[in-house]
Amino acid sequence: MSPSRTDGPVAAADRPALVRDGRPAAPPAGSPERSRSPRSPRLRRRVGLGLGLGTATLYLSLVVLIPLAAVVWRSTEDGLAGFWAQVTTPESASALRLTIGASLLVALVNLVMGTLIAWVLVRDDFPGKRVVEVLIDLPFALPTIVAGLVLLALYGPSSPLGVDLAYARSGVVVALLFVTLPFVVRTVQPVLLELDRDMEEAAASLGAGRGTIFRRIILPSLLPAMLSGTALAFARSISEFGSTVLISGNIPFDTQVAAVSIFGQIESDNVTGAAAVSTVLLLVALLMLVAMDLLQRWGARRD
Amino acid sequence: MTRYALRSIALVYLLFLLVLPVGLICWTTFADGIGPVVDALTTPSALHAFAVTAQVAVLSVVANTLFGVGAALLLVRHSFPGKRVLNMLVDLPIAVSPVVVGLALILVYGRFAPFGGWLADRGIDVIFSLPGMVLATVFVSLPLVVRAVTPVLEEIGTEQEQAARTLGAGPWQTFRRITLPAVRWALAYGMVLALARSLGEYGAVAVVSGRIKDQTQTLTLFVEERFQNFDQQSAYAAAFAMAAIAILTLLVTTLLRPREDAR
Amino acid sequence: MIRVSNVSKNFGEFAALRDVSVDIPSGSLTALLGPSGGGKSTLLRIIAGLEDPDTGTVEIEGEDSTHLSPQHRGVGFVFQHYAAFKHMTVFGNVAFGLEIRKRPKAEITARVQELLELVHLEQFAHRYPAQLSGGQRQRMALARALAVEPKVLLLDEPFGALDAQVRKELRAWLRRLHDEVHVTTVFVTHDQEEAMEVADEIVVMAGGEVQQVGSPDDLYERPASDFVMGFLGPTTRVGGELVRPHDVELLSHPEAGTLPATVQRVVRLGFEVRVDLLVGGEPTWAQITREQARRLGTVPGDTVHLRAAAVAHRIAV
Repeated sequence: MSPSRTDGPVAAADRPALVRDGRPAAPPAGSPERSRSPRSPRLRRRVGLGLGLGTATLYLSLVVLIPLAAVVWRSTEDGLAGFWAQVTTPESASALRLTIGASLLVALVNLVMGTLIAWVLVRDDFPGKRVVEVLIDLPFALPTIVAGLVLLALYGPSSPLGVDLAYARSGVVVALLFVTLPFVVRTVQPVLLELDRDMEEAAASLGAGRGTIFRRIILPSLLPAMLSGTALAFARSISEFGSTVLISGNIPFDTQVAAVSIFGQIESDNVTGAAAVSTVLLLVALLMLVAMDLLQRWGARRD
Repeated sequence: MTRYALRSIALVYLLFLLVLPVGLICWTTFADGIGPVVDALTTPSALHAFAVTAQVAVLSVVANTLFGVGAALLLVRHSFPGKRVLNMLVDLPIAVSPVVVGLALILVYGRFAPFGGWLADRGIDVIFSLPGMVLATVFVSLPLVVRAVTPVLEEIGTEQEQAARTLGAGPWQTFRRITLPAVRWALAYGMVLALARSLGEYGAVAVVSGRIKDQTQTLTLFVEERFQNFDQQSAYAAAFAMAAIAILTLLVTTLLRPREDAR
Repeated sequence: MIRVSNVSKNFGEFAALRDVSVDIPSGSLTALLGPSGGGKSTLLRIIAGLEDPDTGTVEIEGEDSTHLSPQHRGVGFVFQHYAAFKHMTVFGNVAFGLEIRKRPKAEITARVQELLELVHLEQFAHRYPAQLSGGQRQRMALARALAVEPKVLLLDEPFGALDAQVRKELRAWLRRLHDEVHVTTVFVTHDQEEAMEVADEIVVMAGGEVQQVGSPDDLYERPASDFVMGFLGPTTRVGGELVRPHDVELLSHPEAGTLPATVQRVVRLGFEVRVDLLVGGEPTWAQITREQARRLGTVPGDTVHLRAAAVAHRIAV
């Protein structure tokens, strides 16, 4: 470490001993063997970024973008009129109506129940809370076909409760409720945890009752998270397939949801019809993503 | 009073939607003891389905891990035109219906599509075979690793990496010795999520696999096929196996999450 | 030495450095001093290669380093927030640079041991950074930077995140360490007391430009501008000139060159007495000793006569 010490450094030999301003040279540098490229580091970094970006874009294109573009392309094979005709065939229209209607209902139930469950998990305490905490995520982890099978066992023809929802629209709604359960809970919960209890106490000290505090203080803070969780649940319901296959019985004009209708059309080689319904689902999905992006910005702005 | 009412509503809702159905399947599966379950899970078809599932899941997790770490680094450590678009594209697969994923892949990689036909001429079958199933699984589980790693990369900042650079480490050494260890728990978390999603994918795989028994049949397809063929015991046994894996996944992820907070 | 020539750096619209040139002699301990946003950290990071200058060159020990990546510059860098490798022990942190250089294991062990003794952390070799205090982490970061025998040691507000007591200790310790090791050292600070206490040489920076370079005494006694004078210590105004308040003489009777002033307030701060005054309606103040105050015997409302001492450095404003 003293200026005279020269052990170790590799590069000392090829550098002239430097004496400037009458001062001794600094201790030899310990820089590792260098492979000096004539290009500047900035240029090299640019090239590295370009390569990484290129690879990521290629991967996304091959897996996601080109295939999705192909769906949209195929749906308009016969022009916009053809697209419209495919979407409005009685079967497709019925499936889309059911899907959107059921998804709206499911989103609404989730908005209320999801917020309520999040509230209980954050503000309440009871034995077994940690188990419930873990179980909430089960619908994320459970394969959708298994979810369908599981629900059919309890709410099917051989229901031990005597409730048979199989082959009925209510069965579809239950299946969708099951798979979308975690969305609102998991978006509201962290916001509720972060929520400043001082604000509520301040409001109470100003004479606000519990109802007023919830309505005027808590609800406005939770709203962005509640809505973005609901949007997620809606998007998921619209696109759901596996959990509805078994319980709905796939009866056209009655219990067949859009995804199942697409599946049927692929099986019966009506690819253009399948692509048309798919495009509608994609548009809704895109809309939900944009809505969530906006909600996130809205929520962040108020932080 | 309100408190107990709210608690009761929440717990009853969860009981009927979640606990009873899943509990019932476990109970039904083992109604005749453990023997029939083992038998049902060790038939050649079931074992084959296990093997196919494992193969597809491992390949897609590897692909998405490589992509996920790379994409997270790009999104967090660099700025470039189109970054917001890339950010949104990464999330897109969450919102796309699995059936649409399947259809989309058929339209590009199917034998009668230009690109799929070109590949088929070179002896590479994508649809109705393993590559297509891997592609479908990669699609649906694409965001999971990226989204697990991104926040931690943001949080650790760049100073440790800069310190390593001034100490003589090259970009690769810095990544391997500083960045990767710093995000290892988040990465493990994302990989477990991706693995669970891959093992359980049904819709997309149902479309692209052609559902050929003993060839392209994964566990989820096996459950559905057995159920439709009135072989409830096998369907329930396989469903139970997957539910067990799901619960295991949950436990592992809850273990991985607090570690993240402790850092 | 480190020779920075005509370096400019912009972040978007913001000009962090404007055509900066400065030489830092080998073996010195130099402070880059200035208000935040003045460009001192940017300059340090450019010397380290952590930022690229838009224009200009950086030469380290005679070698043009402008286009060298930080990996190849042979600099040691210490960050304000330590940048400790959290997943490695103290030993692992200090050994990192040596392992990168593929030194033999025995040599690494010996060297790390030696450095940990130097920074008084030999007891903590197997702890993780999370188990250390801020001051200990910063000493570890210093040992880590020194392990690779850098040509220059660069410290970015090294004591900024520490509390006052630890900061004082580490300052004295850094000074002693430099006296032992003699590696060319540059540190960034916005604290003039820290710069005066520790550095041989101070580069005052503001607005992306070098304001003045000199020894602490030089800068205090002979500041080149009102900005430097104000930044390095207290100032007061006497007859259109800035002087140090301890260079103001207060007299009970008028003499040549004195100005009459009304005493507003007399504040005793231990040895020093601060006298607030009004000169022609303008507020000013003087710092005198307790003895001087006693002799003057002044109370608020009195009229006194003040002038700048003959030795005072004055800057017209």
